[in-house]
Amino acid sequence: MDAANATADQRLPLMAAARRLPQRLRGINRLGFALIFLVPSLVIFSAFVFYPLFKAVYLGFYETDPFGNQGDFVGLDQYRSVLTSESFRHSLWVTFLFALYTVPPGILLGLALALLANQKLPGISVFRVMFSSTVATSVAVASLMWLTLLNPSVGLLNYFLVEIGQPRIDWLNNLDWALPAVSATTVWLNLGLAFIVILAGLQAIPEELYESARVEGAGSLSVFWHVTLPMLSPTLFFVSVVGTILAFQSFGQIHILTRGGPLDATTVIVYSIWQDAFQRFDYGVASVQAVGLFLLVLGLTAVQLRFLERRVFYQ
Amino acid sequence: MERYRRWAGYALRYAVLLLLGGIVVFPIYMTVVNSLLPSTTIIAWPPELFPFDPQWDNFKKALDEVPLARYMLNSLVMSAVIVIGQLVTSALAAYAFAYLRFPGRTLLFVLFLSTLMVPWEVSVVPNFQTIQRLGWLDSYQALTVPFLATALGTFLLRQHFLTIPQELRDAAAIDGYGHIRFLVFVVLPLSRAVLAALAVFGFLQAWNQYLWPLLVTNEDSMRTVQIGLASLRGRDVDTFNITMAATVISALPMLIMLVLFQRQLVRGLTAGALKG
Repeated sequence: MDAANATADQRLPLMAAARRLPQRLRGINRLGFALIFLVPSLVIFSAFVFYPLFKAVYLGFYETDPFGNQGDFVGLDQYRSVLTSESFRHSLWVTFLFALYTVPPGILLGLALALLANQKLPGISVFRVMFSSTVATSVAVASLMWLTLLNPSVGLLNYFLVEIGQPRIDWLNNLDWALPAVSATTVWLNLGLAFIVILAGLQAIPEELYESARVEGAGSLSVFWHVTLPMLSPTLFFVSVVGTILAFQSFGQIHILTRGGPLDATTVIVYSIWQDAFQRFDYGVASVQAVGLFLLVLGLTAVQLRFLERRVFYQ
Repeated sequence: MERYRRWAGYALRYAVLLLLGGIVVFPIYMTVVNSLLPSTTIIAWPPELFPFDPQWDNFKKALDEVPLARYMLNSLVMSAVIVIGQLVTSALAAYAFAYLRFPGRTLLFVLFLSTLMVPWEVSVVPNFQTIQRLGWLDSYQALTVPFLATALGTFLLRQHFLTIPQELRDAAAIDGYGHIRFLVFVVLPLSRAVLAALAVFGFLQAWNQYLWPLLVTNEDSMRTVQIGLASLRGRDVDTFNITMAATVISALPMLIMLVLFQRQLVRGLTAGALKG
């Protein structure tokens, strides 16, 4: 009796598996069918996102000979030496400063413009177009525009300086001014985007909230502080995350305006990667920095999410 | 008195708006002014703030001196191919994630979204090597193929597809529609607004690309407008007017597009922001 039961018990999982087999096959079938839809994207992602990510980590383990060919395996040594080097720390610092000079001012300006443009006034749409106009400019267009404005001999910025009795400044070749000048260009370039997104956020706030606040006798400053700002915080959060990540990826304006100079004063991390990889053909050193940038952006997003999660008001 | 105060309030608001609008637009205004100045006044001191003697000829000179038309054509082809490719691949993928049931769906969806965490700059060295090995340098393939899929677009389309009632799928199935026909004739027409937003946003992104086209193109015949324009940075001061004319010309297509598709652009830009 016991023995018969035992064999039945032993057979059970086998039979269950046999019964599940068609189900399994159907599952594989379904996966196969779905893959027809997913394969185009998957091929692109595999070839140009996942593979290069692993390849970058791998390249970091190898030295590169002066002709750009893969050299000896050096393991983590190259990571250690590059990530602790003076020049990497410098470009990290420049990148950090660049983000500091571009993200908070960009958000504050975008918020100010959006608040102004959210008034109900005749002809307000004209000003909305003006405030969002910089989205029509690309990084190259904006950089060339500012290159002319910042020109030491014929640029208008120096004209205004001279008019108020100040000495001229060679903005882009001045150690103290090069990074702020590139940052100003960047803030202007991204201003239209910040304005559009923040204005849309403002317009999504229900009118009733303002009305009930006013019924309770709240002044306009109090309405801003207790209604507008909390309701707008998800938008501001989004703009700050995207803005910071954009700042960490900036390259074009530096390549056009300063070439990383003077004396590496504007060599942000992506510019440094480009220089090492495509001017010095040291793919190993460039890859280590690229992996560093990846971890940085990843960590940044995580930290920002954590930090802002508690303060941001979600509906 | 009350009326007077209200008018003063209006005047103040408009004054502030005008001042700030003026500051924002000023670099664009000066570019247009400079593009119209003769080369003798471009280096004059004090700088000219209005083109009293507009030199429309500058635009012709810019087109003659710089292969701008070719650059713009390259940018146009590149951006159009990228947009069409992205719409096709993301509509297909989004359909699978929204309508098909299959093992590993969540895993694959997470895999898609994880591509958003990898900045393009991180993978630029291996990607350059790949393109080089394929012999694709100085070709449209190099400019477009790496960007033919978009996780953000897939995500946004899937979110939209999920709002389309399941009954439509059932009704279409009764009518004998397979998945592809249902996608093409029912789902996509219902998603025109999202597709348009994605297209405008994708076009803007592709048109503005800088680092990648700089790496994979060398010949003038394959340069995009951004890179071609950037190569004018080293020109002499007395030809700034030509440089600025070239800048105006290359900014025009984007300007026209944004005026025409303002609504779609705003939708595309804010899609991530409002549905947090």
